[in-house]
Amino acid sequence: MSDTGGHDAGHDHDHTPPPDSSEGLGHYNVMEIAVRELLIDKGILEPGQIRAAVEAMDSRSPEGGAKVVAKAWVDSEFKARLLDDGTAACASLGIEMGPTRLAVVEDTSEVHNVLVCTLCSCYPRMLLGLPPDWYKSREYRSRVVREPRTVLREFGTELPDDVTLRVHDSTAELRYLVLPMRPTGTEGMSESELAALVTRDCMIGVTLPGVPA
Amino acid sequence: MEKGRGVHDMGGLEAGPIDRESQHAFEWWEKRVDAMLVLLSGKDRKLITVDELRRGIEELGPGAYENMSYYERWIHSITHALLEKGILSSDELGRKMAEVESRADGSA
Repeated sequence: MSDTGGHDAGHDHDHTPPPDSSEGLGHYNVMEIAVRELLIDKGILEPGQIRAAVEAMDSRSPEGGAKVVAKAWVDSEFKARLLDDGTAACASLGIEMGPTRLAVVEDTSEVHNVLVCTLCSCYPRMLLGLPPDWYKSREYRSRVVREPRTVLREFGTELPDDVTLRVHDSTAELRYLVLPMRPTGTEGMSESELAALVTRDCMIGVTLPGVPA
Repeated sequence: MEKGRGVHDMGGLEAGPIDRESQHAFEWWEKRVDAMLVLLSGKDRKLITVDELRRGIEELGPGAYENMSYYERWIHSITHALLEKGILSSDELGRKMAEVESRADGSA
């Protein structure tokens, strides 16, 4: 990423984009600006739509997925709908999957699920936001389908030998979300307290939900 | 690389340890590339599909695939698809890129 220009440094938490006219623009940065301006000139995109789409994406985070998981833990009727048709169940909570379908895969005492996209980086971004860099890395994509137990161990997750590991390879049309097992000792917790235990990584399946102290 | 296996098709290959800690902050132009695909592939336009994006990326040779960053591959592929579909011409793209570059130089 060294040739994309360092003009954004320090703007990570700032929602004002830096001006386009900056020295040291990389080739692909220039290409992005040119293509965007041409699409606006042609009336294919309207000014402001890109900004609105960036803001919509920035507003998505693993909290969306955590809300879905916590609801499934406390509401068995919702859980049944979620496992039957994840797309529709999420839509009923106001989370639209867009052009993709969602399949929710449930962890049990016999089966543990892990997600990957070996070919690229497909990810349930409507529920979790953009994927972490490691999810897109050669190392994760290559190895998690070959030696998932070893990979999980690198994430600090040790599973009993008699638990079956299922690795789900996402596609452009079909995204997965792991429904982890509700941790023991959480019987008296509210839905929002439960949601706080559900992390991005446990909805990818590389870790388990936190156990309350 | 195994015969017949594309550079993107890495499931099951040997690879080193996973770097779980590094996370680059997305730059604004990277977010705009992402947003551009969302808009162009969305139901209002349907000008490009995610599969077409992937095909453009998968056709990059091993050298280019490895040397380009994630969103560099995306903008390359989006642009390629727009040219292929005749939505943009290579002439106007070339002129616009030169214009953007000269604007950037002028302010430096």
